[in-house]
Amino acid sequence: MNFQTEDFRLKVGLAEMLKGGVIMDVVNAEQAVIAEKAGAAAVMALERVPADIRKEGGVARMSQIRIIRDIMSAVSIPVMAKVRIGHFMEARILEALGVDYIDESEVLTPADEEHHVDKHDFKVPFVCGARNLGEALRRIAEGAAMIRTKGEAGSGNIVEAVRHIRTIVKEMKQLTVLGKEELVHEAKKLQAPLELVQYVAQNGKLPVPNFSAGGIATPADAALVMQLGAEAVFVGSGIFKSSDPEARAKAIVKAATFYQDPVKLLEASEELGEAMPGLEISKLPEEALLQTRGW
Amino acid sequence: MAGNASTHEPVIGVLALQGDFDAHRAALERAGARAIPVRTAAQLDDVDGLILPGGESTTMLKLLDYENLFEPLRRFGAEKPLFGTCAGAILLASEVTNPPQPSLALLDITVERNGYGRQIDSRIAPIELAQGGTAEAVFIRAPIIRRVGPQTKVLATYLDAPVLVEQGRHLAATFHPELSNGGNQIHNLFVEKVKAQTAHRPSGGRDRRKQ
Repeated sequence: MNFQTEDFRLKVGLAEMLKGGVIMDVVNAEQAVIAEKAGAAAVMALERVPADIRKEGGVARMSQIRIIRDIMSAVSIPVMAKVRIGHFMEARILEALGVDYIDESEVLTPADEEHHVDKHDFKVPFVCGARNLGEALRRIAEGAAMIRTKGEAGSGNIVEAVRHIRTIVKEMKQLTVLGKEELVHEAKKLQAPLELVQYVAQNGKLPVPNFSAGGIATPADAALVMQLGAEAVFVGSGIFKSSDPEARAKAIVKAATFYQDPVKLLEASEELGEAMPGLEISKLPEEALLQTRGW
Repeated sequence: MAGNASTHEPVIGVLALQGDFDAHRAALERAGARAIPVRTAAQLDDVDGLILPGGESTTMLKLLDYENLFEPLRRFGAEKPLFGTCAGAILLASEVTNPPQPSLALLDITVERNGYGRQIDSRIAPIELAQGGTAEAVFIRAPIIRRVGPQTKVLATYLDAPVLVEQGRHLAATFHPELSNGGNQIHNLFVEKVKAQTAHRPSGGRDRRKQ
């Protein structure tokens, strides 16, 4: 596939601008303003944060347009919004609304159990979740201009995001030492297009920015995934489900910049209230996992 | 080691608080400079010039504030060259609108944030350079320069608005030369400005003063 089309370069370009930043989930304009004031690089507009979606159950859909519109007019930073996996008409509506990025997200209830959205067909850029390199490359093949780990959204537990970023980074490193003929076999195993496998083998990285999401609740969590190779972080429930969202938002913004500096991380971690309550992933029943959605 | 500027490659910092600082590092290296990330005031002593990259200007402002970098950057800019692209140009401007926000005020321009609209209005366009030749300009949620001061020289325009401007030692672009596929001429221009500036100083090298 051609990464050098103007449309794709502009989509990746905006992801480039978000590097080293924090993208925060917000459910209304008031939270969006708090996020922007704390230094969020973008906000993700949604109706309920993942922790509440998990608790309340039911079908989780694209947000009400009124909420997204309010958020878009309240802040000057980019505004993202989520669509259900495969729901290309929710995506068309968000494109018409003019959101800056669409997250085709496993946090919402999937609309299609076989197909993701054909993202090349849109002018608005898409981010998609992945647990491993094969999944990441399939999403890029479909036109995603940014990849994020899935982690386990709404859990307040970083273990899955760590597993996913480590897996993606390790699988990329392994490709760099393989011969040409071995890459063909790897492409088959990864269920990904050979040309994307070849790109990763040559460059040691994805052709689009690689961010982390799913379970980030503290400045230390953000610094951990950045150290492991994430280029920016998404924080979902971690901020507005904590006891002092403003202080926590600010601390995680600092952590994403100074992830290599333990003294600055210590400063950022001081005087924070309670983090969101966490869930132990192994105690969750299989059907409660969000990360297994998407194919 | 600070050395003679005429024989040494210049050392240029890239403010690495947030944004596409890594793309600037690569472009500076292509232009024959040594590039280092700058995150603290102390690191400003080690560089001959500084790039303020693309990213989110509100995020950068917050981090400048959290780290007390605002005044050190202004002092740096009073002596040494700065180059701001997109968000960086917004930080350099003397006035910012849509909405108004604080800035370093080192370049006499008025900048309107998100001047073309949202991401779907982002675009790539060829521009003609005043120095001759053309460049490929990548505009991403780009600002528009609505006013230039009497000391500010316009080096390129797009749709009748200035997109590349110069004032004394400083340079600003509303687009992203670091993401261009069409050559490295804008980074070359900044590296030349830094070289010229270091050559003017009697010490010829970097200022090693620590406060």
